[in-house]
Amino acid sequence: MDKILEIKGLTVKKFHHKIIDDLSFTLYKGETLAVVGPNGAGKTTLFQAITGLTDYEGEVIWAPNLKIGYVPQRFYVDSDLPLTTEEFFKLKNAKNSEIEDALNSVGLLQRVGHIQSPNKHILKNLLGELSGGELQRVIIAWALIGNPDVLLFDEPTSGVDVVGEETIYETLNKLKEKTGMTIVLISHELEIVRKYTSIVLCLNKEKVCYGPPQEVFTKKTLDELFGRGASIYHHEHHH
Amino acid sequence: MENLLFLTIVGGFVAAASAYVGSIMVLKRMSLVGDALSHVALPGIAIALSLNISPILGAFTALTLAVLGIWYLEKNSDNYPEALVGIFFTASLAIGVLITDELDLLEALFGDIEKIGYAEGLVTIIISIIVSFVIYKIINKLIIGVISEELSKAQKININIVNLIYLLAVGVIASLGIKFVGTLLTGALVIIPAVAAKNISRSMKSYFLTSVTFGILSAIIGIPLAYVLSLPVGPIVVITCVIIFIITYLFKKPS
Repeated sequence: MDKILEIKGLTVKKFHHKIIDDLSFTLYKGETLAVVGPNGAGKTTLFQAITGLTDYEGEVIWAPNLKIGYVPQRFYVDSDLPLTTEEFFKLKNAKNSEIEDALNSVGLLQRVGHIQSPNKHILKNLLGELSGGELQRVIIAWALIGNPDVLLFDEPTSGVDVVGEETIYETLNKLKEKTGMTIVLISHELEIVRKYTSIVLCLNKEKVCYGPPQEVFTKKTLDELFGRGASIYHHEHHH
Repeated sequence: MENLLFLTIVGGFVAAASAYVGSIMVLKRMSLVGDALSHVALPGIAIALSLNISPILGAFTALTLAVLGIWYLEKNSDNYPEALVGIFFTASLAIGVLITDELDLLEALFGDIEKIGYAEGLVTIIISIIVSFVIYKIINKLIIGVISEELSKAQKININIVNLIYLLAVGVIASLGIKFVGTLLTGALVIIPAVAAKNISRSMKSYFLTSVTFGILSAIIGIPLAYVLSLPVGPIVVITCVIIFIITYLFKKPS
C-alpha cells in the first residue's frame, strides 16, 4: 500500500508544556483514520502540526505532490459579512461545475424532478446566514474543490446535524467510496468511529493505541484513554 | 474652474482607492486602527518640513514605520492589541502637534487641496491606480484570511506577506489622502465609504462596487461644494461621506 503520511517522533510544545509527546504512526492510502482522545489530548494540535499550522519537533513526511483539504473545527462567520456562498467558492477560483460536484458530494443539492441543481438558497445566501449544519457541509465542499487526496476533518465538539438528515459521517463515507480519498478525522463519538473508520489512533499526549477499532477498543485501552468506566460496547446489544 | 475639475478628478481617484483599500480594513475589524494610523503622519510631516523635504515623503515614511509596527503586533500576538495601537498613535498625534510649525499645522491637520499642482496630481492618480491594482491581485487571499486564518494557512497562503502588502498599501493611500483632507480626516476616506457600503450590500461584489462609488461620490460632490461655499475641502468631503453613511444606515436591512 502507498504511504500517505509518516510521522516519526512528533513532539509539540506550547509554553514549554508538551501537548504531544513522541508520537509515531504511518497512514496508508484509502484509509479512514480517526483520532480519538479526551479533551486536551492534543488532537487538534496534531492536525495543526501535520498541516504546518504550528511548530513541532520530529518528522512529518507527506507523500509527494499531495493535495490536502482541511476542515477546521472552529469556524465562525459574522452574519453581516457581505459574502455569498457562491462567492466563497469563487475565492478558490472554482468553476460552476466544480461547485455543483462538491455540493452534490456533501448532500447539498436540490432535486427538482430529474434535474439536479445547486440549492439556490444556499448559493445566493450570505455565508454567515447558513445554519450550522449547512455551513459545515459548505466548508467540507470548499475543501473538496480541487479534488484533494486527503481530507482532514476536525469534528465540532457539539453535533450540528439535524435529526433525520444524513449524518456528516454517512456523507464522508460516501465520499470516500466515490473518490477513494484518504480521510483523517477527529471525533468524540466512539460509536461513530467504530462504524465508519478503518484505523483508530487513541491519543492522550502520546499514542495509547493504534489499529482497527474492533481490535483497539478494549476495556483496557478505553480505561487508559478516558479514565475508568468508559465503554462503548454496551451500546451495541439488544437494540 | 479648469483647476477645480482637475482637482475633483484627482480627488475622485484618491477617494476611490481609499474606499477600495478601506473595504478590507472594515472586514478585518481594523476600522479604529485605520483611523488612528493616519495620525502618525503628523510627526513625519513636521520632521520633513524642518528638514526641507517633501511633507508627503515624511508622512509616507512615518506611516510605513507605523504599518510595520501594526504588522508585527498582528503577527506576534493572539489578541490584537487594538488599545495599545490607539494609545501609541494618538500619542504621536500629540507630539506631532507640538513639533509642527504653527503656520503649517492647519494645512497638515486638514489638508490643502489648492497646493496640488498638475504634476503632483498626475502622480497621485497613477499611484492610486497602482495601489488599487495591487489590492485587486491579493483580494481573494485577503478575504480568505478575514474568514479564517486556519483556512488560509491550509491553502498555503502566506498570510504574513499578504497582510504586509496590504498594510503598506494602506500607508501609501493614507499619505495620498493627506493632501486632500489632512492627517486628521484621511482615515475617514478609508473607513466611512466601506462602512456605508456594508450597510446595504448582500454580496462581496456589490460591497466593493458601492464602497468605491461612495468614495467617488463624496469627492465629486464634496470638492466642488467646498469651492462654491468657500469652505475648506477636507471637512466638506468627509461630511458628504458621513451623510452617505446616514442615508445607507436608514436603508439598512434588518438581519
